Formats: sequence, C-alpha cells, structure tokens
Amino acid sequence: MKLQVENLSFAYDQDPIIEDISLTVEKGEFVGLIGPNGSGKSTVLKNLYRALQPNAGVVKLDENNLFKLSHKEAATKIGVVGQENVLPFDFTVEEIVAMGRSPYKKLFDGDTQKDKEIISKSLTYMGIAGMAKRNFLHLSGGEKQRVLLARVIAQETDFLILDEPTNHLDIGYQIQILDFVKNLKVTVLAALHDLNLAAMYCDRLYVLKNGCIYKSGTPEEVLTPEIIYDVYGIKADVSKHPATGKLNITFLPGSLNLN
Amino acid sequence: MGANDSYFSGIKKIFNREQPRMPVIIFCLILVAVISIILAIGLGPVSVAPATVARIIGSKIPFLKEYILPTWAKVDENIVWGLRFPRVLLGMIVGSSLSVTGVAMQALVRNHLADPFILGVSSGASATATLGMLFGVFSFLGPYALSISAFFGAALTIMLVYTISRVRGRINIPQLLLSGVALSMIMDAVTRIITLSAPNALGLHNVTYWLSGSLAGAKWGYLTLPAATICFCMIILLANHRALNALLMGDETAGTLGFNVGRLQKMLVLVSSLMAGTTIAVSGTIGFVGLMVPHITRLLVGSDHKRVLPVCALLGGILVVWVDVAARLIIAPEELPIGVLTAIFGGPLFIWLLKRNTARR
Repeated sequence: MKLQVENLSFAYDQDPIIEDISLTVEKGEFVGLIGPNGSGKSTVLKNLYRALQPNAGVVKLDENNLFKLSHKEAATKIGVVGQENVLPFDFTVEEIVAMGRSPYKKLFDGDTQKDKEIISKSLTYMGIAGMAKRNFLHLSGGEKQRVLLARVIAQETDFLILDEPTNHLDIGYQIQILDFVKNLKVTVLAALHDLNLAAMYCDRLYVLKNGCIYKSGTPEEVLTPEIIYDVYGIKADVSKHPATGKLNITFLPGSLNLN
Repeated sequence: MGANDSYFSGIKKIFNREQPRMPVIIFCLILVAVISIILAIGLGPVSVAPATVARIIGSKIPFLKEYILPTWAKVDENIVWGLRFPRVLLGMIVGSSLSVTGVAMQALVRNHLADPFILGVSSGASATATLGMLFGVFSFLGPYALSISAFFGAALTIMLVYTISRVRGRINIPQLLLSGVALSMIMDAVTRIITLSAPNALGLHNVTYWLSGSLAGAKWGYLTLPAATICFCMIILLANHRALNALLMGDETAGTLGFNVGRLQKMLVLVSSLMAGTTIAVSGTIGFVGLMVPHITRLLVGSDHKRVLPVCALLGGILVVWVDVAARLIIAPEELPIGVLTAIFGGPLFIWLLKRNTARR
C-alpha cells in the first residue's frame, strides 16, 4: 500500500501547526518522522489517521482519496498506535486485542471462530499469550505497548502509523517493539524520538522543523552533523558502526567543553 | 470448611471477571428480579403474603386465571394490583434506566464518575419539566408533555456539561465535575422557585418530589413510555457495544478502529437524555443509582459493554425496588423520599471513587 501526502496544512484556530507537508511512503517501506518536540510530528500523523481535519492538502492511499473513505473502510487499511494509552476502565488484554477486529464487524455481531484465531495469533506473535486474561491496567509500560501492537496486528492492515511507539520504554523494550514492527513486513510510517533507533530501523526519514519538512532522504543523507545542529541545536558526531553498518550518532553536549 | 470453600469457588467461577458465565448470571438476575418484585409488592405499611401476591398477579394473566380461586380480600387486590404492582414495576424500570444512563454517560465522558445526578442532568430535566408544567409549553403533546420537556432539559444539560468540560478535544475531569455541580445547583434553584411560586399549577408534584425523587404516585399509565424508552435505548446501545468499548480507549483510538466518533457521541447524548428525561418525569431525581450500579456491575463482570449493559439494567432495577421498600418501611406510615436513601449509600461511594481516581494519577 502506498501513501501520498500532498501540501497538507493544519491550524488550531488561526495558529498554524503544520504547513505544506508533502511526503510519500512506498509499499513495504519503513519511513520515520523525526524532529524536535513541538515540530508537528504528531499533528501530521493525526491528520493522516483523521483525528484532526486538515485545512488544506490531499492524502492518497493507492490513488484513492483517503478522506473519501468511510471510517470503517479506512480502519481496514490503516492501523494506528497513537499516544493514547490511558484507560480508565478495567479491560483484559484479550478484550483489548479483540477491539482490533471492530472494523470487520456489523452491529450486534459477536466474535467468530476466525476472529478468535486471529486474536490468539496476534497475542502469540507479540509473546503475550500468557497474559491474555490479565487486566490491562496492571501491566507495565512495555507490556501495554505490546498489547496495543497486538491489537493493531489483529486489525490486519497493510499500513501502520505509529506515534512514538517507544516513548517511555527502556532500551530493551524500545528495540523489541521496533523489531516486532519490522518483522511484520508491512508498510510503516512512524514518528520517532531517538535518532539512533531511527537510523537503525528506517529506510527513509523526514525531518520536521517548526511544522515544515526541513529535509528528507535516507538516514545517511539526513542525519549529518550540520542538519542535526540546525534542527536540534546540538553538536553531534556521526559515524558508521562497523558491526551494524548503520549510522551511529554520538552527541557532544556543550558542558563537556569538547572543542 | 471444605463445603464452604467449594461454594465460594463456585461463585468465583460464575462471577469471574475474565470469563463470566453470562447465561447463568442473567438467569439468576432475572430470577432475583421476579422474586424481588413479588416480595416488594407484599411489603409496606399493610403487608400481603407473597403467595397471595403471586396468585393475584396470576389471576390477571389470561389462560392462567381459570386455575386460580379468588380467595383473597378485595382490599388486598386493590393494594397489590392498584397501588404496589405499578409502583414496584416503575421502580424496576426507573432503576434500569438510571443505571443504563450512567453507563452511556460514562462511555461518553470516559470516566467512572459520570452519572445523571452528579453531572446535573437530572436537575436539568426536573427544571424544564416544571417549567413545561407551569407554562404548558408542550401541552399540545398531551400526556407525554412532561416527559418531553424533561428530555429537552436533560439533553441541554448533557451538551452544556460536555462542551464546558472539553478542553482541546479532551474531557477535563475537574472541569467536568465542577460544571456538573454548578449546572445542577442552577437547575435545582430554578425548580425550587417554580414549585414554590406556583404550587397549584403543579398539582401533586411538590419540591421534595423533584429534588429527592419518589415512586409514590405510580400508576399503570406512567409505565408505558419509560418502559418503551429503556427497551429502545438498550437495543441501540447493545447494537453498538463494540463502539462503546472502543470509546473507552479514547476518541482518537475509537476513530482509528473504524467508528464515527462524532455520530456516536451524538447518539449517546440522545440516548442518555431520552432515558433520563422519561425517567425523571415519572420519578423525580433519584441520585447516585447511575453511579453505583455500573460500578458494581464492572466489579462483577468486567468492562465489556456486551456484558455490562444487561447486568446493569437488571441490577439497577432490583436495587431501586428494594430501596423503595426501605423508603416506605423505615418511618412507616410516613415515607422517606427514595433519593434520600440512595444519596446516603451513593455519596460515600462517589467520594471513594474520587479519591481512588486521583490516587491513580
């Protein structure tokens, strides 16, 4: 599935948040959206998964206008793990994963045998089959994120939008979550905070600054010391790691007086 | 000891939150509801034996009546059929409606603390109902005028509370509770002014009726509209049980799961106002039922709306029937307003929920 975004703009009242965003995600690609806090990463994603309505711009999914699709149709094509994971009510892990089947259900429909199989497969894939009956509220941050990913896997979409999926997780969980996503072999557009992780997992990157796309390209093209300094205001040393073959970014903070 | 243990594990197996035995639970609750109705009809300043109650009711059912000999006193029949039976049934319907309204409002604002009483919806419905009676605004609608004016009040208050407490697309909890309190005070004051200044126009209804609720005036004619409303709303809510579950995950998440969130919220406002309005028109404000019953239900069967809705409706009905029995027995032959009793139990629960909610964050 291919996603094409053309000249997308969004403003809260008169206050523009993102302006003239154009990006594409080709089938099978893992594309990262990076940029400092408040640069508009989440806003771009929210406009794509229709939590916000853009003021201008076109979004095409395989040549179809995304905004012309019904909510239900869109939910069978795009799966989303957003930043909402505060749940004020008790649900079991299994019930939450079962919600992923919602777009395929009509009013009154119960879960069929096929749904149950898909749900248990998703749980097994994320390695949380043993927690199926546990209460979501009692899980740790990393476990919760695995449950939300299992839900989106049960949704069976070819395209995933992830909004900082590794936020608040320890490094072990960060890598585990991104490995799970990478191994799904679906098309992914993800907002990421950690530049080293972005370099390791993404095929291409878009850098956002003040609501505009500042630069785009492969991690090697985008993650140069100059651009990192321009966007984040911090000096960095960028090298290729001999074992992984991926970029390795070392930050050089001013307090260390390295000149 | 051993027998006791297995008894408890049996109960645990039925009411286990992960996989409750729904058919068993529903069957038991229906049984308890029927028994409660029969017992509650018999209890009051003048008591009637349960067996007599059952036979009087049986004698009203076609086919069955030929087998029942009318050996009871005419007075008993008048009490059972004319006074208590409609009252107990009204209690059942009002309890179910208020509890299900609680569930719908809790899904709308994603919070345990929502309830038609706490968020001022009951007060809004009372205020417009009294206004409607005073000025006869909806009098062309005949017997349903009162219910329809109460519905408008309920809808108006829900929308106001919801709009005031939404900050940047999210419900702000302190704002929600404060706006609910403020609106309910305003609306209660309006009701008080109207009922005190125009007592004749309002007939039997007095201030206590609107502010503390009562089932005392129940007649058969009062039952039809609220009963039809709760059935209609239950069907709509059950049809959308997946959407309600998804809404608890948040508006955005519900959207990504394929639900039209705007339309769902409108549906919830409409359904809640319908149930609250028709209920309040016949019973006044009975507080905290919509808070207590959904909470107890979730403790028993978890949060999945497919299970919460039917269990909640039955439990709510049973609870109100028994609280009403207490209301007419505690200081008999005088009656306590039923809302006074629900507040005594519901208030502390609300405080406890509030404490627990803030502790979690």
